[in-house]
Amino acid sequence: MISLSRIKRVFTVGDEEVNALRDVDLDIDTGEYVSIMGPSGSGKSTLLNMIGLLDRPDSGTYLLEGEDMTRLDDSQQAALRRHKIGFIFQFFHLVPRMSAAENIELPMMLAGMAVAERKKRVEEAVEAFGLTDRARHRPDQLSGGQRQRVAIARATIMQPHILLADEPTGNLDRVSGNEVIDILESLNRQQITLIMVTHDPELGRRARRQIHMVDGRIESDRCPSINEKGPAEQPRE
Amino acid sequence: MKITDIIRFAVRASVGYPTRTLLMLLAMAIGVGSVVVLSTLGDGARNYVISQFSSLGTNLLIVLPGRSETVGGPPPLLGITPRDLTLEDATALLRSSYIRYVAPITLGAAPVSRAGLEREVTILGSTPHLFQVRQLEMAGGRFLPEGDASRASAVCVLGYKIKQELFGSTPALGETVRIGDWRFRVIGILAKKGQSIGMDMGDIVIIPVASAQALFNSASLFRIMIEAVDRDAIARAKDTVVKIIRARHDGEDDVTVISQDAVLATFDRIFTTLTLTVTGIGAISIAVAGILIMNVMLIAVSQRRAEVGLLKAIGARNGQIIALFLAESAILSILGAALGLLVAAAGTWGIERAFPEFPLTMPLWSLVAGVVVSLVTGLVFGVLPAMRAARLDPVLSLSRR
Repeated sequence: MISLSRIKRVFTVGDEEVNALRDVDLDIDTGEYVSIMGPSGSGKSTLLNMIGLLDRPDSGTYLLEGEDMTRLDDSQQAALRRHKIGFIFQFFHLVPRMSAAENIELPMMLAGMAVAERKKRVEEAVEAFGLTDRARHRPDQLSGGQRQRVAIARATIMQPHILLADEPTGNLDRVSGNEVIDILESLNRQQITLIMVTHDPELGRRARRQIHMVDGRIESDRCPSINEKGPAEQPRE
Repeated sequence: MKITDIIRFAVRASVGYPTRTLLMLLAMAIGVGSVVVLSTLGDGARNYVISQFSSLGTNLLIVLPGRSETVGGPPPLLGITPRDLTLEDATALLRSSYIRYVAPITLGAAPVSRAGLEREVTILGSTPHLFQVRQLEMAGGRFLPEGDASRASAVCVLGYKIKQELFGSTPALGETVRIGDWRFRVIGILAKKGQSIGMDMGDIVIIPVASAQALFNSASLFRIMIEAVDRDAIARAKDTVVKIIRARHDGEDDVTVISQDAVLATFDRIFTTLTLTVTGIGAISIAVAGILIMNVMLIAVSQRRAEVGLLKAIGARNGQIIALFLAESAILSILGAALGLLVAAAGTWGIERAFPEFPLTMPLWSLVAGVVVSLVTGLVFGVLPAMRAARLDPVLSLSRR
């Protein structure tokens, strides 16, 4: 479903060129649960943004469901982000002046969906994420866990195929962090592909497939769960 | 994205930052308000002057002694003073078929007294035709009698105000007043008509032109007022007047004939230009407001980088982001303009209270222009911030908090 080959991305910082991604090859199938780990600056967020079409590679090809993403223009990419991809951020990125319900409604507003359908879906999502009595509250009146649940509701309201989470628990305490991970994993069980960037090794180990990045390259790509116990190395190509 | 959603989003964004929004509204309101008030004042001044001239009468020509234009040729060896206009000149003009009424006018001031009350009053010497030419109305009695203009007679017509001052509420018709050393019988009272070109027709005494010439001991006329038979005859009447006077003045063009239309057109031009000028000055403040809008929107864009990044991440096209930010500046401009119209209405009301005799009507074009200019300004100056927002790199905008 996701197929990256020889993806390169170079940033220019001052006079220096920083290779964020060096010839990355990666294939991810529908319904996978992937964690991307690595030290900061290893290119894991860049990889996530690349998959989420927020960034374009300098070279290489990216096929999403068989379609070449590098050939699409900005508005075609925006349409794909709207319908196929959901983002979850460390800092939630809720619009501060809007209520929880309005934040959840935002992607449907951009898609030009009918108001009645929007209201219905928001209602369902608010209930599903346990935010019924918080729907009218603005983000600054919500706890961190509640904010992230609003953000997940927003990311999934368009029923995307892929969920991209960048340090989703990085700004949460342990309890609400676990809560958020439980929600994400249950979404994954409903066949949504979940790709999560984290530098919490404990969190990373929960994923069925674990990718380690160092210096813009994929250093290891393992599926320890295939053989239930023990961290037997299963290098994938 | 639906248009109602765009508007709602933009309104919510404006309400979300009240101080900024109020400042922008204030700037735009002052700009639009000053444009409307200034153009209203200019238009009012124009209407005032034109109505003053129109109240003189219709199809009017005015003959003044002396020439106001030069026509080439060598300067005369001996200085020539312009010949005076005489009563005979005026009578001669009546022979033209383009001219309906001729009213020679002598003007002076003399003490008018009755039963111990005395006042210095403007004395206007003329003929019965003045009644038609100036479109006067009588409150009582009759106007100057018809007859030979060169014969003096001791009758007078009082202005409304001077009648009140000399007689109060007692009847004045048939009574006598003393003007200078002469006694005049009151035969008529003018109706209240208000001012025209600075001359208060209420504060005046009208006597036959020959009597006035005797009173002021002068054979010359102040001017001659002429009414042409109709509008089309004005130009020909003017030519005839020049021709007749030239023949009577030994071939010298020593009078000036001005037509009311020409005067009106000139004043109209002057005041239209004036109005446009002051409106233009007002428009500068709209431009300043526009620049303020641009500035504030640029700040808003950088304050809301993360929001823009998020909108992109959840699938907003660049065009949608431009639309959202443009809608915001357009809404602020429209609200500012609406507020400006209220300010203008209040200002006009205040000016009307201060100067009640000054006719003020807000010209429709200035309302439309004020609103359109402010909207265009908002959109034009909103483009740059909106483009900047659309060009933001989503990754960078999301990575900063």
